[in-house]
Amino acid sequence: MDDWLPASGRTRGRTAAADRTAAGAAWMCAVIVTLAFGWIAADLLWHGLSRLTPGFLFEMPQLSGRAGGLASIIVSTLAILAICLAAAVPIGLGAAILLAEYSRSDRRLGRFVRRSLDVLAGVPSIVFGLFGNAFFCVYLGMGFSLLAGGLTLACMVLPLLIRSLEQGLREVPDDWRNAAAALGMSKAATLRSILLPAALPGLVVGLVLGMGRALAETAALLFTSGYVMRMPGSVMDSGRALSIHIFDLSMNVPGGTGNAYGAAVVLLLMLLTVNLLALAIARRWQLTQPGPL
Amino acid sequence: MISPQRVDATLLAALRISAGLAGVLLLIIFFFMAAESWAGLRDIGPLRFVLDASWHPEPAAANGSFRITAMVAATLAATAGAVVLATPLAIGAALFLRFYAPPGLAGPFKRIVELLAGVPSVVYGFWGLVVLVPLLATLGGPGQSLLAGILILTLMILPTITLLAHAALVSVPPAYLQAAAALGMSRWTTIRSVALPAARGGLFTGIVLGTGRAAGETMAVLMVCGNIVQLPDSLLAPVRTLTANIALEMAYALGDHRAALFVSGLVLMLLVTGLVLAVARLDASSGRFRHG
Repeated sequence: MDDWLPASGRTRGRTAAADRTAAGAAWMCAVIVTLAFGWIAADLLWHGLSRLTPGFLFEMPQLSGRAGGLASIIVSTLAILAICLAAAVPIGLGAAILLAEYSRSDRRLGRFVRRSLDVLAGVPSIVFGLFGNAFFCVYLGMGFSLLAGGLTLACMVLPLLIRSLEQGLREVPDDWRNAAAALGMSKAATLRSILLPAALPGLVVGLVLGMGRALAETAALLFTSGYVMRMPGSVMDSGRALSIHIFDLSMNVPGGTGNAYGAAVVLLLMLLTVNLLALAIARRWQLTQPGPL
Repeated sequence: MISPQRVDATLLAALRISAGLAGVLLLIIFFFMAAESWAGLRDIGPLRFVLDASWHPEPAAANGSFRITAMVAATLAATAGAVVLATPLAIGAALFLRFYAPPGLAGPFKRIVELLAGVPSVVYGFWGLVVLVPLLATLGGPGQSLLAGILILTLMILPTITLLAHAALVSVPPAYLQAAAALGMSRWTTIRSVALPAARGGLFTGIVLGTGRAAGETMAVLMVCGNIVQLPDSLLAPVRTLTANIALEMAYALGDHRAALFVSGLVLMLLVTGLVLAVARLDASSGRFRHG
C-alpha cells in the first residue's frame, strides 16, 4: 500500500491550535499506554526475577506454595497443554484445510463453520469452564482431571487455531495448486507433498499462537483441571496449572505474594518465548502476520 | 491398491467431519449450558432472580434466595466504566500509531500494545491486587473495589481496541487522504472529517469486542473487586460481578444453586453472542473499506 500521511502543513489561527491540541492528545494517549506497560513490567520483573533460580523451577512447592518451587505445577501445565494440542490440532487442521482448500465446493459448510467459530471466539472463558465441568467432568465422568482441563482448553483455542492454520495454508500461492492439478496429482497427494510442506512455517505459527492462548488461560481451568498441587500421576489426576497457582497464591495463601511474583514471571517468560518463536518463524519465511486478535 | 479417487473421497469426508465438529461445538456448548440451566429456571423461575430478597443460594430452590440483580449491576458498571475510559485512550493511541508517531517509534509502540494484549488476565489481576489495590486503599475503603475493577479492565481492553482501531485506520484508502490534502485540509481536519468517519466500522468493531471482553472477564475482576454482593453505592465500594460469582461458588454449588450459576453463565454467553453477531452485521455493511 502506498503509505501516505497527511502533512502537518502550515496553517494559522484556530486550525493550527486544533492541530496542535490533537497532536498533543494523541501523544498523551501513547505516553499513558507506555507508562502503564512500563509500570506493570518493571514491578513484575523487579520482584519476580530474583526468584528465578533452578531450584524454583525444579523443586516441589511446599507450605501451600509459599516456599519451594514449581516442579509439579510446571508438569501439570505442560500436560494440560499437550492434551489441549493433541485434541485441537487434528480437528483444527482438518477444519482449516476444508476452509482454505475446499471453499468452493463446500461453501455452505464453510460459512456455517466460520460463523460458528466467530461466535465461539467471543464466548467468555468462564463459560468454557462451566461447559467443561458439565460435559467432560460430569457427563463423560472424567472428574477434575488434567484430561478434562486440556479438552476444555482445546474447545477454547479452536477458533484461534483454525483461523491461523487457515491463514498458513492461504500463504501458499495458487500457482502451485494449479501446477499440481495440471500434473494430474490427486487432492490427497497435493496436500501431502506440496501444500502441507509449503505451508509448514505458517502452520507452526498458528500452533504457537494456540499454545500461547492455552498457557494464559485460568478461568476455564478453575473447575475442570482443579487445584491439586501434588505431582500428577496420570492424566486422570487433578493438577494445578501455573495460572491457577498465581491466582491461588495471591488470593488464598497469606504470605504467598513472593512466590506468586516468581510464578507470574515464569508464565510471562513462557508466553514471551512462544510469541517470539512465532514472530521469528513469520519473519524468516516472510509470512503475512496474523491480524489483531 | 486403493485408487486415488477413493483416497480423495475419504480425505474429503475426514475434513468435513473435523470442520463439522468444529462448527457443531458451539451448539453443543449451548445445549449443555441450557440443559444445566433448565432445572434452575424450572425450580426457581426467572422472576425470583430479580424479586428475591438477596443472593443466598441453597441446593433446594425453596430454601434459598436467588436475586442476581446486584451482580448484574456490578458487571454492567465495571464494563461501562472500562469502555468509557479505554475507548478515548485507545483511539488516541491508534491515531498516534497511524498518523503521529515518528517512524522510529511506531514499531516499538505497536510492539508494546501487542505485549499488553498478550498479558494473561490472571497476571493483570495479580498486579492489580498487589499494586493498584493498596494505592486505592489510601483513598478510603478496602481498596478492592469497583474502581479497581474498572481500572484493570480498562488496561485489559485498551490493547484490543487500539489494535482493531489501528487496523481500521490503516485500511482507509490512501486516495481519501490524498484528496483531503489536495483540498488543503490540516492534519487534524483530515483525521476528524475523513479518516475517522471512513474507519468508523472498524472502530465500532473494536469497541464492541472490547465490551464483550470486559463483560466476560473473570480472573482480574475476581482478584481486585472485593467480591461482596451489593449494589455499589460508590466507586470505592467492593462489588461482585456475575463472572466472579461463578468462579467463587462453582466449586461447592449443588442442585439449584449450581443451576443458577449456569443460568448466569448462559446469560453472559447470550449477551456476548449478541455483541459478536452485531459486529458481524456491522462488518458486512462497512466491508467496502476492507480492501481499499
